[in-house]
Amino acid sequence: MSNVPTNLKYTPSHEWISVDADGIVVVGVTDHAQEALGDVVFLELPEVGRTLAASEACAVIESVKAASDIYAPISGEVVESNQDAVDAPESVNADAYATWLFKIKPDGVSDLSKLLDAAGYEAVIANA
Amino acid sequence: MAKHTPLHAVHVAAGARIVDFAGWDMPVNYGSQIEEHHAVRRDAGMFDVSHMLGLDLGGPDATTWLRGLLANDVAKLHEPGKALYSCMLNPDGGVIDDLIVYYFSPTSYRIVVNAGTADKDVAWMRQRIAATGANVTLESRRDLAMIAVQGPNARDKTWAALPDTRAASESLKPFSAAAVGDLLIARTGYTGEDGFEITLPATRAEAVWNALVAAGVTPCGLGARDTLRLEAGMNLYGQDMDETVSPLDAGLAWTVDLKDESRDFVGRAALVANPARRKVLGLILEDKGVLRAHMTVFTAAGEGETTSGTFSPSLEKSIAFARLPFGVEPGEAVEVDIRGRRLKARTVKLPFVRNGKTLV
Repeated sequence: MSNVPTNLKYTPSHEWISVDADGIVVVGVTDHAQEALGDVVFLELPEVGRTLAASEACAVIESVKAASDIYAPISGEVVESNQDAVDAPESVNADAYATWLFKIKPDGVSDLSKLLDAAGYEAVIANA
Repeated sequence: MAKHTPLHAVHVAAGARIVDFAGWDMPVNYGSQIEEHHAVRRDAGMFDVSHMLGLDLGGPDATTWLRGLLANDVAKLHEPGKALYSCMLNPDGGVIDDLIVYYFSPTSYRIVVNAGTADKDVAWMRQRIAATGANVTLESRRDLAMIAVQGPNARDKTWAALPDTRAASESLKPFSAAAVGDLLIARTGYTGEDGFEITLPATRAEAVWNALVAAGVTPCGLGARDTLRLEAGMNLYGQDMDETVSPLDAGLAWTVDLKDESRDFVGRAALVANPARRKVLGLILEDKGVLRAHMTVFTAAGEGETTSGTFSPSLEKSIAFARLPFGVEPGEAVEVDIRGRRLKARTVKLPFVRNGKTLV
């Protein structure tokens, strides 16, 4: 079974989200996603400074098998992208929750309340 | 309802990730696809390929009928057990399927076809039997399982697991098979490595699979099978060719035998009337990213298209097959459109890897 930590928020498109002390939103992909993708070999992450709309396809994760989009869970500005993950994409397989991909500074209209909690996300993957 | 091979329960018990492949529930990996790939390049791995269909062809007209059915010529087979790779074409010269035919005698052959095309292949063959009035029998052998054991240590580990097979299979030349009791051991494969493809009664599949595991053979899924065949420069039906593509445009001219001018096989006239328009070369991506099928390739001689692409675990770069204009030669710099960006690649002669060695 996939690991779904209760301290994180989720999207139906398999991103995990945590919010740090400064209100910056940290985004990665879930354990379920990495397991479905298989060996991850390439990441294309959004550039710092890019403005994202909620649900916008903003990054690409490629396994040996296939390419998948990663979606912005909320609107805002990209303030950091994880170059270590780009240099070692297999770290997503090793620990999906320790490998953040990018950070967003939410804008005025971004809405965190629409994100799923662990139980909500578990229901999504159970019905997949 | 998805179809299951005789080894399905073994895969599930081993923790395989199961996916649909042409209506069959098949293992795509048992953990890491890349590790399975390396097991085959460096040691020994095995694949359940029981979803492929074996067909027994017999009867006094078997040879004549096959010479009219296939683009390659079974008349070049003389040693019992010798195998031949061929395309089966439609009248327009498109590929209905690619297959392997084993010769046992002029009146006895085994044909192995792809899983996804098996029903259509059998229907076509039956139609050809009716149309030609040939005196042949064709029997589907769904009572059989097939296990491909591949890698530099594949033969030794097979003999460790199945000692009785050693005497008959030790002297087998590549692309030849020998019967050992109710097993057919063929020195063939789809990985670019040495090894065997073992055809056996479905009832024995689990015992033989477990014996191979005990001998140190790594179970491998269809994921690794795809990266291995791509590195080895081998086409995949439905991806690199189909009924709309001539074998001459799919890098398979070497399998089309036009030498005997009196041999009027299905599709021959269309191939003669329509010479090759494209050549197939390999691509290695120089920039970061992953090549996939149906990406546009920009060359000095015009545009082409990728037919298969992946990340190559052996090269640690992305590779692809591309159908390109004739003017393009190996070693040229080209560009590939990946999600709207043009990335740098270079053309190479296929294969990328053979017998554990990188050739590009």
